[in-house]
Amino acid sequence: MNSAVSSDNLLTSHTPPLPDEPLFVVEARQSGISFHLKDFWIYRELLYFLIWRDVKIRYKQTLLGAAWAIIQPLLTMVIFTFIFGRVARIDSEGVPYPVFAYAALLPWTFFANAITTSGNSIVGSTHLITKVYFPRMIIPVSAVGAGLVDFAVALPMLAALMFYYHIPLTWNLLLFLPLVLLTTLLAIAVGLWLSAINVKYRDVKFAIPFLVQIWMYLSPVPYPSSVVPARWRTIYLLNPFVGIIDGYRAVLFARAIPWKEIGISLVLTLVLLFYAAYQFRKMEKSFADVI
Amino acid sequence: MKPIIKVENIGKQYRIGARQQAYSTLREALAGAVQAPLKRLQRNGSSDAVTIWALKNVSFEVRPGEVVGIIGRNGSGKSTLLKILSRITEPTTGRVELYGRIGSLLEVGTGFHPELTGRENIFLNGAVLGMRRNEIARKFDEIVAFAEIEKFLDTPVKHYSSGMYMRLAFAVAAHLEPEILLVDEVLAVGDAEFQTKCLGKMGAVAGEGRTVLFVSHNMTAVRRLCRRVIWLNDGEVVQAGETTQVIGDFLRRGAFSTLKKEWDDPSQAPGNDQVRLRSIAVTPAGGQIDGQFTVKTAIQLEAAIWNYLPGAVLNFSVVLSNIEGVAIFNTVSIERPFPAGLVRGSFLIPADFLNDDTYTIRLLIVKDTSVVLLDLADLLMLQVHDSERRINWYGKWVGAVRPSFDWELSTGD
Repeated sequence: MNSAVSSDNLLTSHTPPLPDEPLFVVEARQSGISFHLKDFWIYRELLYFLIWRDVKIRYKQTLLGAAWAIIQPLLTMVIFTFIFGRVARIDSEGVPYPVFAYAALLPWTFFANAITTSGNSIVGSTHLITKVYFPRMIIPVSAVGAGLVDFAVALPMLAALMFYYHIPLTWNLLLFLPLVLLTTLLAIAVGLWLSAINVKYRDVKFAIPFLVQIWMYLSPVPYPSSVVPARWRTIYLLNPFVGIIDGYRAVLFARAIPWKEIGISLVLTLVLLFYAAYQFRKMEKSFADVI
Repeated sequence: MKPIIKVENIGKQYRIGARQQAYSTLREALAGAVQAPLKRLQRNGSSDAVTIWALKNVSFEVRPGEVVGIIGRNGSGKSTLLKILSRITEPTTGRVELYGRIGSLLEVGTGFHPELTGRENIFLNGAVLGMRRNEIARKFDEIVAFAEIEKFLDTPVKHYSSGMYMRLAFAVAAHLEPEILLVDEVLAVGDAEFQTKCLGKMGAVAGEGRTVLFVSHNMTAVRRLCRRVIWLNDGEVVQAGETTQVIGDFLRRGAFSTLKKEWDDPSQAPGNDQVRLRSIAVTPAGGQIDGQFTVKTAIQLEAAIWNYLPGAVLNFSVVLSNIEGVAIFNTVSIERPFPAGLVRGSFLIPADFLNDDTYTIRLLIVKDTSVVLLDLADLLMLQVHDSERRINWYGKWVGAVRPSFDWELSTGD
């Protein structure tokens, strides 16, 4: 033991010269917006480790582990197929209802889980926030990242359904990844905002399940967006998830890409993201004192 | 030499009570919004929330390679200072310049997850503390060897004994390599052997030319590790300077303690129509010159009450608790009838009985051995210090009490 300590000594007993400028300055933050992107980059490995932790723990603690990522959207699809496909006979625009529903349920399940976990993530990380510094945004963002892993696990089921129902693959699929990115950004925006206000108002925890439920029915998840009357269409498109789901269905079922809808969704998402990040940064400085 | 840490006039204000609760619910916020203007009217415009300054005008500099101790009683602002330096919370006023990477060790095991294995937690905890993945990988074997958990590397840490858990947690933290290390009280954990090891490691870190800020209640450890000490009280720097000098003054001034309370006027004294407290005090028995209590000091406690119930059968009861609120003992006098007027009671806590710690005193006056007439908590606070040790070990002496029994030693069969 002693020899280990002394060799340690030899290896690192150099005092490097100090930089001219301070590495960090700590002071009361003035007004103005800075998103700390540099810090975020320095701590990118922590982001990776937190995602890895969330995924690992989820799969360790559950009996079925990774299977849940598939079961969740799949079971909902079965229920929807029965209620909306068979009983309510919703028009699924020429695509078999199960795959029609699954195409929307896959991103929706990701989104719903992501905003739920990231919305509760800051409050659930009290022990980290009061004890060590890192850019706080990493916490809600990593919660969304962990959801993305589930999304990837559930993806082959979509491929299987498309194969089973003989749905042809087209070049439209190139837009699939950009759509996933857009969904992720929207989830981050909502998650950031919810997680920050959750610190101050613990009501958020109870409100999130309702938010998720209402939001799903306001999005064309169990039904096609074409059932919404034309005069309501403009208001309907203010829900950024409408453009996203229309996009997914167009990409998967070889339809004309709804550029306008996706564009609106993209703009709304970016606005939300900036607003959420701004709010988060504003509230962040009191996290350690309030939480 | 240029300082590596430059603290200029920092202050930290916390709001307590009135307007900002720790956290609120939406309903309270809405109700508050409605009531606030009314309250403002009632309170004549001065609706200022109750605020306290946890730190006020704190300035100091630390040069590279220095090991500086920060001492002060609980609530003096030590932890707030470390939290500001490690960027966990922002100061309300002032500015800190840091000319090096900061690693903070405000708690060991930050970010440990019970479900993950030792191996997994080393990586996770390392990342939380700001280490790079390849840096952790490079030091992995060293960390495992230091923690002595080779056999349990792939066991979830929830199955670890608390000793193993602490060893692993400290091992990861101890292998951080920032230029500035902030350490808060981590040495108060683990068994004696491990504490020695931790102190050794801290000494080694200091010897490597790294800068360390060390917050502790353990004066023995501070004495040993630090050449310079900053003493905080009520958020302000009382004294900063050479270790022996500052610690000496700190202990002499009994910065922790309330050793005596006395009331001359019964109408002001705590109590009721039946009994009132006249005075209560602790003093070192045998007249310790510098007024300090050490583990080698016998302590005299004396209380006096006004009794307004002629002939009542009364007895004294005293509870001594440590600063965490754990009762160390409750001692009860015999009961007997007293005439109206002053009643005194006293007893002696022998030397070699209390451990070094901060203690509070609660007094109860009981009638007929069953009816509590008076119950006053936190009347006094006294600090029992460690004495100079014969032995070559500086860790915190464990145990609620620290008796010195007569050992018989022998050899052979």
